[in-house]
Amino acid sequence: MSEILVLVEHVEGQVKKVTLELLTLARKLGAPSAVWAGPGYTAEAQARLAEHGAEKVYVADSADIADHVVAPKAELLAQLATEKSAAAVLVAATAEAKEIAARLAIKLDAGILTDVVGIQDGMVAEHSIFGGGVNVRARVTKGLPIIAVRPNSTPVEAAAGAGAEERVSVAVSDAAKAVRVVERVKEEKGARPELTEAAIVVSGGRGVGSAENFSIIEKLADSLGAAVGASRAATDAGWYPHQFQVGQTGKTVSPQLYIAAGISGAIQHRAGMQTAKTIVAINKDPEAPIFELADFGVVGDLHQVVPQLTEEIAKRK
Amino acid sequence: MNIVVCVKQVPDTATERKLRSDDKTLDRDAADGVINELCEYAVEEALRLKEAHGGEVTVLTMGPGKATDTIRKALAMGADKAVHLVDDALHGSDALGTSYALAQTLKKIGFDLVVLGSESTDARTGVLAAMLAERLGVPQLTFSNKVEVSGETITAQRVTDYGYDRVEASLPAVVSVVEKINEPRYPSFKGIMAAKKKPVTTFGIADAEIDASQVGLANSWSEVVDFAAAPPRAAGTIVKDEGDGGVKTADFLASKKFV
Ligand SMILES: Cc1cc2nc3c(=O)[nH]c(=O)nc-3n(C[C@H](O)[C@H](O)[C@H](O)COP(=O)(O)OP(=O)(O)OC[C@H]3O[C@@H](n4cnc5c(N)ncnc54)[C@H](O)[C@@H]3O)c2cc1C
Ligand SMILES: Nc1ncnc2c1ncn2[C@@H]1O[C@H](COP(=O)(O)O)[C@@H](O)[C@H]1O
Repeated sequence: MSEILVLVEHVEGQVKKVTLELLTLARKLGAPSAVWAGPGYTAEAQARLAEHGAEKVYVADSADIADHVVAPKAELLAQLATEKSAAAVLVAATAEAKEIAARLAIKLDAGILTDVVGIQDGMVAEHSIFGGGVNVRARVTKGLPIIAVRPNSTPVEAAAGAGAEERVSVAVSDAAKAVRVVERVKEEKGARPELTEAAIVVSGGRGVGSAENFSIIEKLADSLGAAVGASRAATDAGWYPHQFQVGQTGKTVSPQLYIAAGISGAIQHRAGMQTAKTIVAINKDPEAPIFELADFGVVGDLHQVVPQLTEEIAKRK
Repeated sequence: MNIVVCVKQVPDTATERKLRSDDKTLDRDAADGVINELCEYAVEEALRLKEAHGGEVTVLTMGPGKATDTIRKALAMGADKAVHLVDDALHGSDALGTSYALAQTLKKIGFDLVVLGSESTDARTGVLAAMLAERLGVPQLTFSNKVEVSGETITAQRVTDYGYDRVEASLPAVVSVVEKINEPRYPSFKGIMAAKKKPVTTFGIADAEIDASQVGLANSWSEVVDFAAAPPRAAGTIVKDEGDGGVKTADFLASKKFV
């Protein structure tokens, strides 16, 4: 069976959930080979990849990959795709991985499909566009398919693979080393799950009213083990950091449950959350467009409803 | 510094956007064309860099005839001149084709710095800056919320999930910007009047030495198989808060096994 290369997303040595989703998808298309680029590789990571079907694990952890962004990883994937005659390359639809895929596409003269939510037989990719209003099926017609898949769009299924480790050395070109990382700045993150990976997201908008009041959104999120998101009105006002913005110019999330409090549901916000499986809205305006999407909605003041909900959840635990 | 800013005209997200039933491409006639919002931030950043370091700002757009509206908007903000790449052969180009056509044009017109938005509201691929950097063989400083140039050195803050990376390279380079980088200026009346007299050069594919076999719908690296309106979500239950809205929500979450 031909190899399907899966670029592993990892932080501090931990494999991210989206990678397990990609491996689950890759198993339907061929023999999954995980590609680990950068530092932090461990036997534990190898085991996790194998448990989800990786037949091979290619490891390239040289300093060249750690000290530069995007370009060296594209060279690594290009080398592997050619050497192994891979049938497809899957990456997560994150900003960096999409850029890696973009450069890879040019190197291999191969087509790229971004922000895919499913892959059918014959490598036909499913997209959800225009803020979830239209479903499109597309396929690559030249070269091997390079597909960037939206996190949380495929349920993870475990299935053992051999997980055979193979060290890879890449001769990273000088051109790919042209951008140097001078410093990596980590901003306070807290213990909450990452926004794009979280099974539950609780978001606040202009209706929250202030930065201080975002604590009621955080408390609800924590009671559910959820990530916190925000509308652009809230991030523009400086009530919550921009990296948590959900929507067209923020993150796209596809959680099992999305709770929107004090968010009107503008098209640009919907573009980032419309594929959530279950949507709950709390808004004092019965005409707010977010209610058109909601599986359950409460017309009321979030300052009353949200704390009561948090308390109820605590009681029922 | 010779700065080229790539701007794109996109259908207004406030109107209903459609795909064409004939060739399955974006229906650019169905909705009003507006400048891609992130491109306004790119224009603003280009203007600020010019104000700080001198030089010239050229607007580059690939798009149909009506994209001239978008070019005028960028000129009214303060850009000096524009190149409009327009040719029927370009219709339906995908990201690879578009990046090839823009890269050929950039080689022709020359640049020290190319500035793009990090994403367009229609294609939403967010890949164009990386593709241009790859094709042009120059460094990419993308998803930037801060850009500084000092002599031949360019530094930027690349936004990441954990915060940001400070990255550094030498000019010439490709930059893409996120919306937190600046606040785009509104064109002044004077700016709007001045824009009418600024030079706009029209390029066809031959002018930019674009190989016709690398662009257009028929030569794209991917194709749309089919598309359909997403099935509407089933109507949900909406309740009015009578002092028990939180409890009712908890009941709903429990019924779905979230609590
Ligand atoms: C190109 C472009 C890109 C954009 N990208 C994004 C994006 O990525 N993400 C995004 O979110 N937006 C984006 N926007 C902005 C978007 O159009 C909306 O302006 C934004 O989503 C509004 O945020 P909001 O719902 O919090 O605020 P509003 O629209 O002001 O809505 C606030 C809501 O809160 C309700 N409310 C007020 N007080 C209370 C209370 N006490 N209790 C309960 N409810 C209350 C109100 O009834 C109202 O419905 C973009 C816009 C453009 C033009
Ligand atoms: N046809 C085009 N003409 C000029 N610039 C473009 C074009 N398409 C995309 N761009 C640039 O690429 C950026 C990202 O677009 P995209 O990769 O389509 O999401 C935009 O913000 C523009 O700066």
